[in-house]
Amino acid sequence: MSNSTSITNGRLILPDGSISENGSLSMAGDEISAINPDTAPSDALDAKGQYVAPGIIDLGVFAVDKPAFHFGGITRAAVMPDQNPPLDHPARVRFVAQSGKPDFWVHPLGGATRELAGSEMAELALMQDAGARGVATGRGWIADSGTMLRLMQYCAALDLPLFVHSEDEGLTGKAVATDGEMALRLGLPSAPAEAEAISIARDIALVRLSGAHLHFRQVTTRAGLDLIRAAKAEGLSVTCGITPAHFMLSDVALGGFRTFTRLSPPLRSEDDRQACLEALADGTIDVIASGHDPRGPEDKRLPFADAEPGMAGAETLLALTLNLVRDKVLSLSDAIAKLTSNPAAILSVDAGQLAEGMEADIMVFDMDRPWVVDSAKMEAAAGNTPFDKMPVQGRVTALFKGGRQIAL
Amino acid sequence: MTATDSPAYPSFPEGSDAFPHRNLLGIAGLQPWEIQYLLAEAEQWVALNQQSSKHDDRLAGLTVINAFFENSTRTLLSFEIAGKRLGADVVNMHAAQSSIKKGETLIDTAMTLNAMRADAIVIRHGSSGAVQLIADKVDCPVLNAGDGSHEHPTQALLDALTIRRRKGEIGGLKIAICGDILHSRVARSNIICLTTLGAEVRVVGPPSLMPNAIEAMQVTAFTDFDAALDGVDVVMMLRLQNERMQGQFIPSTREYRRLYGLTEERLTRAAPDALVMHPGPMNRGVEIDSNVADDPSRSSVTEQVEMGVAMRMACLDVLTRRARKVEGWS
Repeated sequence: MSNSTSITNGRLILPDGSISENGSLSMAGDEISAINPDTAPSDALDAKGQYVAPGIIDLGVFAVDKPAFHFGGITRAAVMPDQNPPLDHPARVRFVAQSGKPDFWVHPLGGATRELAGSEMAELALMQDAGARGVATGRGWIADSGTMLRLMQYCAALDLPLFVHSEDEGLTGKAVATDGEMALRLGLPSAPAEAEAISIARDIALVRLSGAHLHFRQVTTRAGLDLIRAAKAEGLSVTCGITPAHFMLSDVALGGFRTFTRLSPPLRSEDDRQACLEALADGTIDVIASGHDPRGPEDKRLPFADAEPGMAGAETLLALTLNLVRDKVLSLSDAIAKLTSNPAAILSVDAGQLAEGMEADIMVFDMDRPWVVDSAKMEAAAGNTPFDKMPVQGRVTALFKGGRQIAL
Repeated sequence: MTATDSPAYPSFPEGSDAFPHRNLLGIAGLQPWEIQYLLAEAEQWVALNQQSSKHDDRLAGLTVINAFFENSTRTLLSFEIAGKRLGADVVNMHAAQSSIKKGETLIDTAMTLNAMRADAIVIRHGSSGAVQLIADKVDCPVLNAGDGSHEHPTQALLDALTIRRRKGEIGGLKIAICGDILHSRVARSNIICLTTLGAEVRVVGPPSLMPNAIEAMQVTAFTDFDAALDGVDVVMMLRLQNERMQGQFIPSTREYRRLYGLTEERLTRAAPDALVMHPGPMNRGVEIDSNVADDPSRSSVTEQVEMGVAMRMACLDVLTRRARKVEGWS
């Protein structure tokens, strides 16, 4: 780690959406002390005209994979409770909250129910005391509406966001694909995309009753996004996220039974993908996350339906999100907000913005730098990416966590 | 129609191989002339199989492994007889009871088979795409003998051969495929094969066993069996795939028979000379009545079995030609 505490000659992406050309930034201790100070110290890092933005806050990852996160410009991650054993106990939450420091911060999401089984509530308040910034239902949904309502009532009282996975498991069963021509031709067990909307519709009704803040971790269908859009217009406290796979790929990518495209929720139709792009553009989707879930060959070198879902996404998150900027779906500052300030707001952490007093988590990136995603050379614990061999642009060139530069 | 008046080899684009594929993983991706070529090739084996001496040594010295990860009797036997009649050393691997149960992965098994220097591998597996996974890892041709709900290409080819021999042509025929379309690999392969060859295909079955995107496969979907049968030239019945169902898809087999059982009375709605087919094994008294299944003038059930051996001989022959350095197959 180097000791640079200032950055000069950068293009600073500021909280109001503006970009400060030829800007500079100073850090003191672990905080940002000044934006565009009158004088910069002589040992400052020269950003050489590259963009300077807050470190990415990756909302809802399944593994803490520091090299991959640092490669991708990620300085904090909210980790899902689906661990072994699950994060459904205050002691486990406390242990995870302390992991990663000092050069990476982990925000554990406590398991909403014991063993993530969907029936008995876990000790939500004690897990909050232990460092949980939210609670989550994990990879599955809670079928029992009574349990879900009581859970939301507790979360509302504790001011804890509840992260949910939205698929009605009565419809999905053991499906590994979305109903449609591709699943039909491949003979894969599939479920209607409506499984997502049905789940979201119920949970929105329960938000109305409970007043909880619900974060739909991944919304991937037109019908689901329409429900979120309407709920936001109604003033309900709902937010939602997406991963690049669902705005970059449709179910056509399943061709050849490539298990790196085995995801949960599964890849959707092209119409749903277009709906995701529309929802990113109009602000219905708040957060872009990696869904980082590295899976080794034991989980992926199997017949498609037997393979585990998940992708290693941390390294490609920034570059794939920048595609949205190049395609004029989002402005650069909006894209960065979905990676930084929006997840910070959901987790209630003082980071994710280039502003005085905020945690000095900073990334410097070259928007145009080309590179090729290569599953064999990834920093992640496993290289299961559906974007293997894809040329991309945008690479982090310097990263600071709490004011200290991290060697990349 | 007999072997002696079978159509000549179909024409295929000049400069291309008659069958340029290394493997036979599915009907999807095959051109019409490639399907016709395999059908034409099978005719010679139908003729051979009807003689008292049924032996041909062209695969002598080659090892064919039938790796069946899912239980099967007739398909395994059919491939075994096909390989032996061509002179190959045929080894049957009942993988459903072997090392897979000890934790070996499918890829480990594939690499083991490859190391044993098989010259062709025939695979049946309960999971869609499993055969493709193995084919990507081995050096020899791989034949799909059924993978999950995906494809069963030799079944579709033998069905097409049966229809062609009975009806002369496939193009222009009206064919109804009835039963559990959702879970059936036979239905998928047959839909692709028959539509590729120009037939009008209807599919019929309970709404809960009908994929909602089925019309993307250029077929017309029915839930009313009587309406679907109207004037068809071929009725292809399917077995209920109870082993692939998770949850309840039909209220009862009694009700299923009422709605989707092929009875003599119901068959009168089809063309007077309509051909009845079934890939077997049949659930008599459920999807098909015995007096329909056993009427040789209407039913081709046993003929399909006979065509199966010939078709599989043709596939093994064609796919091993490059390894055997047959002239013109580089």
